Amino acid sequence: MPDLTPAPDAGASPAPVVDMTGISISFPGVKALDGVDFRMFPGEVHSLMGENGAGKSTLIKALTGVYSVDSGVIRLAGKQVTFSGPAQAQAAGISTVYQEVNLLGNLTVAENVMLGREPRRLGGIDWRAMRRRSAEILQGLHLDIDPGSLLNSHSLAIQQLVAIARAIDVQAKVLILDEPTSSLDGEEVAELFRVIRSLKDRGVAILFVSHFLDQVYEISDRLTVLRNGQLVGEYLTHELLRIDLVQAMIGKELSALEDLGSRIHSAEKEATSAARPATFLAAKAISRKGAIAPVDLTIGAGEVVGLAGLLGSGRTELARLIGGVDHTDSGQLKVNGVPIRLRTPRQAIKHQIAYSSENRRAEGIVDELSVRDNIVLALQADRGWFRPIPRKRQDELAASYIEALNIKTPNADALVRNLSGGNQQKVLLARWLAIAPRLLILDEPTRGIDVGAKAEIQKLVYSLAENGMSVLFISAELEEVLRLANRIVVLRDRRKVADLPNDGLSVDDLLAVIAEGSVDPELESGVAS
Amino acid sequence: MTTMSVPASRLGRAWARTVDVFTSPKSGPVLVTAVLFLLMFTAGGVRYRGFFSAATILNLLVSYSYLIVLAVGMSFVIISGGIDLSVGAVLALSTIIAAKLLQLGWNPILVMVLILVATSTLGLLVGLMIHVFEVQPFIATLAAMFLARGLCYIIAKESISITDPVFAWMAKTRIVLGYRMSVTPSVIIALVVLAIAVWVLQYTRFGRTTYAIGGGEQSGMLMGLPTSRTKVLVYVVSGFCSGLAGILYSFYTLSGYALTGVGTELDAIAAVVIGGTLLTGGYGFVLGSALGVLVLGLIQTIITFEGTLSSWWTKIFIGALLLVFIILQKVLTSRRT
Amino acid sequence: MKNAVGRAVAHRLFWPLVMLVVLLAINVVAVPGFLSITVNNEGHLFGSVIDILRNGAPTLMIAVGMTLVIATRGIDLSVGSLCAIAGAMACSIILGSPTPNAVGTVTVAVLVALALALVLGLWNGFLVSVLGIQPIIATLILMTAGRGIAMLITEGQILTVQSDPFKFLGSGFIVGIPVATIVAAVILALVALLTRRTALGLLIESVGINPEASRQAGVRARGLLFTVYALSAVLAAIAGLILTSNQTAADANNTGLFIELDAILAVVIGGTSLNGGRYSLTGTLVGALVIQTLVTTVYTVGIPPIATMVFKAAVVTAVCLLQSPTTAAALARWRTRSASRAASPRPGEAVVSR
Repeated sequence: MPDLTPAPDAGASPAPVVDMTGISISFPGVKALDGVDFRMFPGEVHSLMGENGAGKSTLIKALTGVYSVDSGVIRLAGKQVTFSGPAQAQAAGISTVYQEVNLLGNLTVAENVMLGREPRRLGGIDWRAMRRRSAEILQGLHLDIDPGSLLNSHSLAIQQLVAIARAIDVQAKVLILDEPTSSLDGEEVAELFRVIRSLKDRGVAILFVSHFLDQVYEISDRLTVLRNGQLVGEYLTHELLRIDLVQAMIGKELSALEDLGSRIHSAEKEATSAARPATFLAAKAISRKGAIAPVDLTIGAGEVVGLAGLLGSGRTELARLIGGVDHTDSGQLKVNGVPIRLRTPRQAIKHQIAYSSENRRAEGIVDELSVRDNIVLALQADRGWFRPIPRKRQDELAASYIEALNIKTPNADALVRNLSGGNQQKVLLARWLAIAPRLLILDEPTRGIDVGAKAEIQKLVYSLAENGMSVLFISAELEEVLRLANRIVVLRDRRKVADLPNDGLSVDDLLAVIAEGSVDPELESGVAS
Repeated sequence: MTTMSVPASRLGRAWARTVDVFTSPKSGPVLVTAVLFLLMFTAGGVRYRGFFSAATILNLLVSYSYLIVLAVGMSFVIISGGIDLSVGAVLALSTIIAAKLLQLGWNPILVMVLILVATSTLGLLVGLMIHVFEVQPFIATLAAMFLARGLCYIIAKESISITDPVFAWMAKTRIVLGYRMSVTPSVIIALVVLAIAVWVLQYTRFGRTTYAIGGGEQSGMLMGLPTSRTKVLVYVVSGFCSGLAGILYSFYTLSGYALTGVGTELDAIAAVVIGGTLLTGGYGFVLGSALGVLVLGLIQTIITFEGTLSSWWTKIFIGALLLVFIILQKVLTSRRT
Repeated sequence: MKNAVGRAVAHRLFWPLVMLVVLLAINVVAVPGFLSITVNNEGHLFGSVIDILRNGAPTLMIAVGMTLVIATRGIDLSVGSLCAIAGAMACSIILGSPTPNAVGTVTVAVLVALALALVLGLWNGFLVSVLGIQPIIATLILMTAGRGIAMLITEGQILTVQSDPFKFLGSGFIVGIPVATIVAAVILALVALLTRRTALGLLIESVGINPEASRQAGVRARGLLFTVYALSAVLAAIAGLILTSNQTAADANNTGLFIELDAILAVVIGGTSLNGGRYSLTGTLVGALVIQTLVTTVYTVGIPPIATMVFKAAVVTAVCLLQSPTTAAALARWRTRSASRAASPRPGEAVVSR
């Protein structure tokens, strides 16, 4: 374990402009932030790092007044503040540019920059002055667009810069950029960084959140890492090795599942030493603009392939392409050697490919339907509405999956919304198992569920593969991926960077690949193209 | 080659700009409406004697001044992403109130003020129901429609004629603009309302916030715009306009009747949509809505001139135009996103 | 005991049923013999309750179709116009036939009217599911143009028909029970069977609750939308035929006027949310009965019948405000407060709020 002691206070730096101490925020059932300290200095770019559920967005929302804190103190330029809403935070000089551009595409660029403080003349809006003033601000960002044009006639990148123009115009002391680069290409990122540097030179403190490690290392001066709602540490960027950063973000969970892990692991060793299984699915250079660069991937029958990478690395995006949820821009998919086209999830299901979304609530369960209805949904949709599954068969299916997956529900008629997260996840799994897929894509199936349910799902994946089902398994927890997968594909910044047999790999090996993107040639030996 | 290329590219740029303006969800539909209006007007002029004249347009304004005012109110609501089904019933209610109170000998000015206050208050209640209780605009305004129509019947079942001198004067007076060209005071009132609406939507924060709500209420709120207040106020504007339209309508017919304006809400919605306002909100011009009213009126006029075409074709034509414009809007907005 | 009462109150049909019972009670107080049903010399049942069941039948039929449409997060505004079109179509065929009194003529007329409605329903389904136009807007087109189409068919006339088989639809009796009531009951039962014995109901609810999850589970929303709009149109046509038969005339302007609003109201009163998802045909039945009883009550209590609309407005407002999330939140706050007040005499104990 490398030494992760936080960087010493940079002695010469001035007083912090933002100083949050001991911040705790709880939601029903979750402690989202637990005594976190966070500070920002004028004229620095500060990156906030962490995986899903680390508490990044909660911390940002505490700072911008969207959430009120349960305990802890927020100081802005030395003065204690309590914001009761985003408007107050903005008035105090904290501006936020969210990932989804929160501007109005149906209005002009000038209005998007100026509305709320528009220049007036004769009791009405002075459009000429508004255009002139916004053109000046946009020119300050080297953005040469017509302020009278509609915002949504411009690319997302330009809209992002307009959002920043709006933020700057309110004389921000602190500028929060939440995932500003997720929809930008290389040149646009360079343009954005130029703007960030010029703001930094003006003394603005910039909070930069991004999943792209390269960008974080390029632009930021300081890093704060959160994990599971707690502060891991604050570091100077140039002093922190990438591998240490990734390790700090992912952590090494002292797992209660070690026994299971070793058992499965040894069994897998036998499996991998056997002959390579027949290829079930082969993807050649499949890609989608803005989601993932061309990727090759093969999955054998009965093989568990793990997808590893940080959040935003393209792991979900790739899984959605194979599941038919999003369609590919280019490339080819073959199932059992036959080329196929997937334009809808329904077509994927016809090819016995099932995708279980990471977004359980929004894209998975149908919360106001019963457990039974949720379990039979995909099977029923496949049969069509006029060929109903007989009620007796439905009851049998529901009862057998409730028992097999140990779903804790009063009965099959209970509404899924009333179940715990882990049990909802199991219901979702049951839905997909009911259609007997050849390939099951599990996107973060164990996120946010309790340890017991987690172990059960892992056991299930193992036994499914043993019975010949292929599984594409995505998890933010590397231990879990290592424990289950025969092969691990590593993604980084929306590209595939490695395809490794799980043959004596350690978490540290994986961390290194995820962080650096380069592969030790020794590790990659034995991987078929 | 080189001598050719310069004007060609300039022409190309002009063409590209034209294409851009016509395919923008903001300006495209309203331009199509304007072209349509001119085509209909010209075609009518070619086909019928005495059609192609300013008098035709002025007559449309005289007949439909009340609908212009209704469409103005409806434009505010639809631009904000809502809908108001109550306008026809509220119009009828205000004609009935006017006729009844004048029959009882009330002061006509007081009657008009009272009507405008009452209909604006009804709009306020509807707005509060929509904003505070998150009732869908469709349902909340439906309730208002039932209420207004029911009140009409309670006040008077039969048609009441208006004999008040002020109302009669408003009905009879003609403002002469030239040879065989004149308009009623109602036309002036409708045009003033239109002008004020244009100014409000374009030059005030209330107006721009109305667009903002239609484009994305959440974004507008995060940008610090007064979305809550505005969302309630657009229904007050619509209520006020419905009341005023009712007054103009009673100038026009010199009577109040409970069954007045059944289905007028559909005419107002159709005029707004044909006038280029996106039914999902966010885009539109109130001047376009006035143009939409004129297009509807022109359809009616052409059918009258045609003689052989029966009046029900009006409804079918309006339905077909609605369809064309809704599909046009769909195409233009999906192209942008 | 207290628990059973709590469960009854929590049931989603509790308040609509209370409303129905209260309305009936008012009638019984106003007219003591309100609930009595008599048999006349032709063996037909008569009485206020029978009137409610007969006059409420068209609204109920349309509301049944509307329930499914609303469950998919949609709405169908065109049903009133479809009533007029179906009535006009049937009447013009009967009038154009040399044998208006033949059962065969009326059968053909009814089938053609239903087929026309089916085509128009598929048109609505096309606009919503293929072109992706918002349901309220898509059906607004047919709502506007539909009465024009009906007038086109009737050539602007009110078509009065003298046809006994056709008249039987709206005012006939079978075993003493009005035909309209039987038709409505059969439709309700068939649609209930169709949706609950096949998987139609499940898939409709699934799409209405969570469209994206349903898409990922392989549910084809397009076919479902075509089905519900087509069904809604055909049911509207049947209702239109009954209304037309009852008046023995097709009136393109007034047949089925405002009936879409009554139908939507019935669905909402019955507890099906306008946001789509879970639906209840039983609830819709109760809703339709509440509306029809309300109309009757206004008569029996002696309020001018034209004031019915004011009462409808009051009912819509009350139902919407009761269903509003704002009200629910306010109630929850109030309960929490009273719970903590109840717990306050025993400090030191944890307050469990729910």
